Amino acid sequence: MDVKIGLECHAQLLTQSKLFCSCSTDYHNAEPNTHVCATCLGLPGALPVVNERAIRYGIKVALALGCTIQPKVIFYRKNYYYPDLPRGFQITQYEFPIAFNGLVRIESDGGKEREIRIKRVHMEEDPGRLVYRGTIDTATYSLVDYNRSGIPLVEIVTEPDLKSPKEARIFLGKLRSILEYLGVFEGDLEGAMRVDANISLKGGERAEVKNISSYKGVEKALSFEITRQKNLLRRGLTVQQETRHYDETRGVTLSLRTKEFEHDYRYFPEPDLVPIRISNRIEEIRREIPELPDEKKLRFIAQYSLTMEHANALTFDRHIADFYEVVASKIDPKLSATWIADVLKGELNYRSISMREASKRISPDDFVAMLRYLKKGVITERGATEIIREMLDSGGKPEEILRSKGLASIGSDEIEKAIHAVIKENEAAVKDYKAGKKEALNFLVGQVMKHTRGTADPKEVRAMLTRKIDGEI
Amino acid sequence: MIRKEEIEHIAWLARVALREDEKDLFEQQLSSILDYFAVLDEADTTDVEPTYHVIGITDVVREDEPKEALSQPEVLRNAPKKEQGYFKSPRIL
Amino acid sequence: MVTALEVVEGIKSGNISCEELLLQIYERIERSELNCFITLNKEAAVREAREVDKRREEEEYRRKKLLGVPVAVKDSISTRGIQTTCASKILTGYVPPFDATVVAALKKEGAIIVGKTNMDEFCMGSSTETSYYGPTKNPHDLTRVPGGSSGGSAAAVSAGETILALGSDTGGSIRCPASFCGIVGLKPTYGFVSRYGLIAYANSLEQIGPMASTVTDTALLLEIVSAKDEQDSTQIKIQNNASTNYCFSWLNGTRNEREEIKGMTIGVPKEFIEGSSPEVERSVWDAIHKYEDLGATYGEISMRNLKYALASYYIIAMSEASSNLARFDGLRYGLRTGKDEDWHTTFSRIRSEGFGEEVKRRIILGTYALSAGYYGKYYLKALKVRTLIKNEFEEALKTYDILAMPTMPFVAFKLGERIKDPLSLYLADVNTVSVNLAGVPSLSIPCGVSHGLPIGLQLVGKHFEEDELLKAAFVYEQNIP
Repeated sequence: MDVKIGLECHAQLLTQSKLFCSCSTDYHNAEPNTHVCATCLGLPGALPVVNERAIRYGIKVALALGCTIQPKVIFYRKNYYYPDLPRGFQITQYEFPIAFNGLVRIESDGGKEREIRIKRVHMEEDPGRLVYRGTIDTATYSLVDYNRSGIPLVEIVTEPDLKSPKEARIFLGKLRSILEYLGVFEGDLEGAMRVDANISLKGGERAEVKNISSYKGVEKALSFEITRQKNLLRRGLTVQQETRHYDETRGVTLSLRTKEFEHDYRYFPEPDLVPIRISNRIEEIRREIPELPDEKKLRFIAQYSLTMEHANALTFDRHIADFYEVVASKIDPKLSATWIADVLKGELNYRSISMREASKRISPDDFVAMLRYLKKGVITERGATEIIREMLDSGGKPEEILRSKGLASIGSDEIEKAIHAVIKENEAAVKDYKAGKKEALNFLVGQVMKHTRGTADPKEVRAMLTRKIDGEI
Repeated sequence: MIRKEEIEHIAWLARVALREDEKDLFEQQLSSILDYFAVLDEADTTDVEPTYHVIGITDVVREDEPKEALSQPEVLRNAPKKEQGYFKSPRIL
Repeated sequence: MVTALEVVEGIKSGNISCEELLLQIYERIERSELNCFITLNKEAAVREAREVDKRREEEEYRRKKLLGVPVAVKDSISTRGIQTTCASKILTGYVPPFDATVVAALKKEGAIIVGKTNMDEFCMGSSTETSYYGPTKNPHDLTRVPGGSSGGSAAAVSAGETILALGSDTGGSIRCPASFCGIVGLKPTYGFVSRYGLIAYANSLEQIGPMASTVTDTALLLEIVSAKDEQDSTQIKIQNNASTNYCFSWLNGTRNEREEIKGMTIGVPKEFIEGSSPEVERSVWDAIHKYEDLGATYGEISMRNLKYALASYYIIAMSEASSNLARFDGLRYGLRTGKDEDWHTTFSRIRSEGFGEEVKRRIILGTYALSAGYYGKYYLKALKVRTLIKNEFEEALKTYDILAMPTMPFVAFKLGERIKDPLSLYLADVNTVSVNLAGVPSLSIPCGVSHGLPIGLQLVGKHFEEDELLKAAFVYEQNIP
């Protein structure tokens, strides 16, 4: 099935103030309409003034995506009407976007390397936020909050190079990774990235799907769309070129009646703003770009002799990569890689917290200390995992946790005692094992582990148990 | 010459509902005004750049420093309909 | 009527009571048939006046340049806590939470806001007849228009209902009413005065400007309101106090204006004179010959591209306006009548009820000029013609220090005479719109009277050379018989 998907990604930039006014951008948990001024509320007579840092961030993003930067930037008005758009137009870019012609490399399904072309990168302001009592098609009225109005967005538009919903999701993940590396974006913030997707099958008409605001949502929305379009084609109907709204809760796309959404945007240059020349800033900004995910991954493989899988897992999130490098500078890089990419990451996912948040509880030095105990045999693998969990959940240092939870691995004498006790209490199991039931041994090992509260090394326990029981035969 | 259907389409684009008598009046008036505007076709503008900004300044930007916003009551003061700190809008569809 | 300079002087010396002055003004307004004001600020103004009288000897007060001077503000300029309507039904009851920069500047220098003056709805008109609040009448003849769109401000100054006034000029809206009402009105260079707080009609063309009965008052008001403002990206941040300094130095006798005017060259574009009525033409030539007597020289010039100016102006203005007025949807402020249906229907209905006919006309034309398929033919073409006109002014002003012509081709016409024919009203702006296209500064000063109706002389200067204009105007004012 010849599927063509293009994405328009809108990412909020981490400036202190909004794009065209000085309202604070720190609105995410605020009461409605408390981060609003005459300009972002669209009061008559108010005027916009461009935020310099926002432009710098925009240029940074464009450079990181390998784009060609324009010599100057001109803001345009895009005229349309919606309650969340206070002026009846959005200030955006049209004929002179910050950049065009870039490239992002992704590893698609099955590890295949793919190049996704970036058509253009431009800057614009976020509209406000609509809250429906119900859903867009059932609500009897809407409520509007302008806190978000005027937040700087960078819009990244791809060519229709993506071939599946999964690829689209992978692309977004990569894009997020790059933006976070640049320090201009924080993906955890609600609504920080919003996506519109264009999808067409077999070279047919394109449907545009709007209002996608999660990575899973992209895959779901596009999968739904493909099914919907396939069904239409199968019934001999045509796919209309239209705009559809993605409903996250129900997982479906809804047609928005075309007349309301027929647009003639009547773009013209924003008369209240003047052109901004940017060619002289490019080199300076280019020097500020840190090592990006692809480069870092290759370096990790070379420098730390890591596998591709580990390198991928460690470089996706910059905070994890940075954490890893500090740890790896102090203790065995390969061991560190396993324990961070496999274990720590797993614990983070389980708790749905980011590395950025986790760094408040667990420092690289703490992790190194824990790994040292492990290497010396002071704790078992299970003990190490316990320590990580405890640090994430309640904080504390490895040394304290070790002591308070009694995680120090015990010596052979202790194990002997435990084995002795367990064998005595579980004669039936011992008999089963002697009779040839191998599973009974697992049970006995488990009992010893329980008895020693996980402080015994399971391998050692198994070896000693077998020797003891076999020895008694 | 601008026809009534075109006026209706433009009125929709501009979101200004026009009465029938207004449409009739405008058909006549706007046609004569547009006829007058046609004088521009006589002006030779080959190789002439459009003037978007008559004074020609560039690079006006401001520092990224947050300043105090309006208070919620100030923001909502002129709102004809409001609810719990939000502006109340008609339903979309 | 006393001048602003005299008021400041009188208040500081204790010879004038600010409170009495304000009460006098309000009494005159209350008796008036002119309909100059939409909203009055009486309670606050009288209270402030009392305060001024009490504290006039304090150091801080003595430093204020407009101490106690009553100023009327056009209702397109935002005033914190005072209703601002743009003379439109759609903004009924709108109270801005902020002052326009020019208003803040006035207050800082001790001026007292008399009230908000009447105007054409959203500045769209040349006669103040499109106002939702009814027309303002010309103080010289109550059956005639005061000009527009700043008609309320001009009539108020002329009739003594204020001493100073602020207007705004997009295509002649300060100069036209100044001419029809016989006062001084100046449109600054585009980018000289901050537009922050001016409810936008055509952003790339308009400026707020001073209106007064004398040139020195005009200069003083211009100096105060041209404060530099970080909030307006289109304002040039240069320091230019040449205007008032110049005028004050003449008053103090430290400069000899008659010497300075010698050798000044005046260009007279024949295209402007040609379309005028005989009385206007005669008056303006008298003025030019007066300048000759004073030592200036003049030359007739031809500006061939001026014939495109009206079309170019209107297309640009209407296009920008159609976008600027899109925000009036009854959601955050303004009119919201009837039952809410769906967003698009409700919104269209509110705008239909809230906008007057001329506003609707311009929104439709402006939307049309920007729409797909017409953008190149209208909007873009108009911008290219603008370049031609701007260049032509710059050329003319290379050869001549200033240009002189009639402000309006005729004297004030009768109320109702042109309002039914929109195109005829647009054509009345023929002498003023080209100036806004070029962005150059221009003022109108009274130069004669015909059957009791004032005639205005328009002077045009180079970008940011308001001082040359004011000097020329001042010299003329001092020397008219």
